[in-house]
Amino acid sequence: MEKTINITLKVWRQHGPKTKGAFESYKLDGVSTDSSFLEMLDMLNEQLIKERQEPIVFDHDCREGICGMCSLYINGHPHGPDEDVTTCQLHMRKFKDGEVVTIEPWRSHGFPVIRDLMVDRTAFDKIMQAGGYVSVNTGGVPDANSIPIPKVIADEAMDSASCIGCGACVAACKNGSAMLFVSAKVSQLAMLPQGKAEGARRAKAMVAKMDQLGFGNCTNTGACEAECPKNISITNIARLNREFLSAKFKD
Amino acid sequence: MTAKKDTSKIDARIPEGPLAEKWSEFKAHQKLVNPANKRRLDIIVVGTGLAGASAAASLGELGFNVLNFCIQDSPRRAHSIAAQGGINAAKNYQNDGDSVYRLFYDTIKGGDYRAREANVYRLAEVSNSIIDQCVAQGVPFAREYGGLLDNRSFGGAQVSRTFYAKGQTGQQLLLGAYSALSRQVHQGSVKLYTRYEMLDIVVIEGKARGIIARNLVTGKIERFAAHAVVVATGGYGNTFFLSTNAMGSNASAAIQLFKKGAYFANPAYAQIHPTCIPVHGENQSKLTLMSESLRNDGRIWTPKKKEDSEAIRAGKLKPTQLAEEDRDYYLERRYPAFGNLVPRDVASRAAKERCDAGFGVGATGLAVYLDFSDAINRLGRDTVAARYGNLFQMYEKIVDENPYETPMMIYPAIHYTMGGVWVDYELQTSITGCFCVGEANFSDHGANRLGASALMQGLADGYFVLPYTIQNYLADEIRTPRFSTDLPEFTAAEKAVSERIEKLMKIQGKRSVDSLHKELGLIMWDNVGMARTKASLEKALVEILRVKKEFWSNVFIPGSGADQNTELEKALRVADFLVVGELMARDALLREESCGGHFREEYQTPDGEALRNDEKFSYVSCWKYNGEEKEPELLKEELNYEFIKVQQRNYK
Repeated sequence: MEKTINITLKVWRQHGPKTKGAFESYKLDGVSTDSSFLEMLDMLNEQLIKERQEPIVFDHDCREGICGMCSLYINGHPHGPDEDVTTCQLHMRKFKDGEVVTIEPWRSHGFPVIRDLMVDRTAFDKIMQAGGYVSVNTGGVPDANSIPIPKVIADEAMDSASCIGCGACVAACKNGSAMLFVSAKVSQLAMLPQGKAEGARRAKAMVAKMDQLGFGNCTNTGACEAECPKNISITNIARLNREFLSAKFKD
Repeated sequence: MTAKKDTSKIDARIPEGPLAEKWSEFKAHQKLVNPANKRRLDIIVVGTGLAGASAAASLGELGFNVLNFCIQDSPRRAHSIAAQGGINAAKNYQNDGDSVYRLFYDTIKGGDYRAREANVYRLAEVSNSIIDQCVAQGVPFAREYGGLLDNRSFGGAQVSRTFYAKGQTGQQLLLGAYSALSRQVHQGSVKLYTRYEMLDIVVIEGKARGIIARNLVTGKIERFAAHAVVVATGGYGNTFFLSTNAMGSNASAAIQLFKKGAYFANPAYAQIHPTCIPVHGENQSKLTLMSESLRNDGRIWTPKKKEDSEAIRAGKLKPTQLAEEDRDYYLERRYPAFGNLVPRDVASRAAKERCDAGFGVGATGLAVYLDFSDAINRLGRDTVAARYGNLFQMYEKIVDENPYETPMMIYPAIHYTMGGVWVDYELQTSITGCFCVGEANFSDHGANRLGASALMQGLADGYFVLPYTIQNYLADEIRTPRFSTDLPEFTAAEKAVSERIEKLMKIQGKRSVDSLHKELGLIMWDNVGMARTKASLEKALVEILRVKKEFWSNVFIPGSGADQNTELEKALRVADFLVVGELMARDALLREESCGGHFREEYQTPDGEALRNDEKFSYVSCWKYNGEEKEPELLKEELNYEFIKVQQRNYK
């Protein structure tokens, strides 16, 4: 019952951050449509290794759509043509026999290329370190049920917390803005009573760090939301703006 | 416990006293390090999963100077992130009869009486603090309309004690630990080293004093010194190539410890998870788990008649066309008391039994159904979607079938490894000053881990156990000045690592790393998998050795060893999986009994249940490395059950 297709791949190859990159074309035959996109790349790499060439470098790990490591720009879309999936959950049944598939790394000022399709996203960690937490130490906290939280709020916080930090929002944005990423964390914590206490400080610190790291401004194009594999809503950005403005007013 | 001095036996240094008081007693009398001295002590933590991140954050908060390493680009990517179902705690918020004792008892029984009583009791004891901690961090656990926390049930328990955040509990808990860690990075107490891989541990005068790590971006080998080393690098499930682990999950740090003198305990105990998406074909790279929580509402079945299974396999019959009386809900039939919620090892073997007997479904016949039609009728589609929506979506993306309309197909796959680096009660390995936490150690799950207990153990170790016990060691190190990495031990360790890399790069053979890893994986699955026999294990030992020789003489790694090289990274890991595979087979061969995840076909009850032999095998097997050319040596830590009665496990 297995169906296979033959495809041509145009892949961005770049040896290092400072070297010049270029597209290279590869033909790959007999790809099972049940394979995932990354399994297809594994096949291509096996083929390259057989030809004693260096394989294509790309980030990937859990291969079940949750670690946020995979980060390919496929045919002009972060994580490719399918809806609500990461690259690792994209399957070859979404492609046609004979199709030319173009693969690029995330392209953004905030994410420099390391090699081929692998980019450096440590900027996201730096933003988190600036304030993406509730300042509590281990131990000495109240009982988990001591503060009831309405289910709607808990559910909404959970939706914001679903961000996997992959960076598709930044890659999709023409301004290279990290607002969706930042706002998801700020919103999650601002909605919960545990995070409210330092809400203003958090919003200011994270936004300042984001600006400092060279991410662009948000101009409300909504591309980030459309491409987000986890459906993080841009209402988070509105919430962040509210948090940020009220924090600034208090200054 | 320490009275008997037999050199082949191992002392776990369990505190004296009644079970429920051991941990409090230990904490009351252990040595501590004062704040001024903490600043002068360096701790290396390798790994940033639940255990590693929670340990690094907590140690940083206490004031220690922490160096934290991970192979991924960010600590948040560690594979704990993929845990779906939930985390256990003995809160008894549901008033359904739960208690610390019951969680302890269920865990010991679930582990088939092969875990340490004292460790498991401590785990149950600190479980409640974990939930408090996570809520305080802003982890958005599922809640009831009244605003209080919701619970669900998991396998091997008759109470609802599992806290969850949709089907993304691991993600939310890890992001909680990651945020605590990020806060410490901001405050300067933790320094992060991402895209770094530990390649050896440095031991000076019998004590762990640092690591050798490779910068995965530049290929440079670097040295790091510290007063203590904590390894939190997860399990060895990827020995099987196909598993639910992440592609990068590996056993190399554990094997480095093993080769420097740490015992490797119970390697045979690997957990095969019953509900994974079946294998689709040869180019498959990993298996995807469908959370055990699905067994709360999903019913597992195969057709009752072989001809129906055959028709389904040939694509002539659809499962939805099969009448109720033609379906065999075999778990409910065999285990009426626990039904679809039997522990994982039991559910996996039952699925294998049905498929081996010719009742399997799917194109390959290696699948059974997990059916939600009853739940959808009873609760409505919306409720089912609210509970499992993300899992259903994940299934549909992979299999291209809608589980709301047709039953899911599932089959067992390697998921978690209970065995690991041996540690004593204080989580210290047999290398002084080297600690091991989380899945990487062997300590709490015996021969089988219950669902939602991995997250509990990882966070228990990292937040609430290690930050205490490590001080009992470090208190004696306050006069030890910081180390120079120019010491000859560092030079020697680095040289050995460089030579190993050079040796691999020089082979320039014909086989890709993956092809050899897949070959090992098949040997493991066929011979050291769900059902093992003396013959299969002896065969595995021969075959693994053959692949090992092939690997070391015919592997091909392109590129350079002194640069970023993803094939070299994989090769270094596969070299260690070959060692683990051999240890697993050896341990399984020696353990002539069935217990938990270790099932020897020769040892079963007339109705096919695991048959233990407590008289001969009530011990932890601890394997000691004796050099490349020699076989490892078996040492034993006897398991003494002082507080509970050891019984035949029964879920009927």
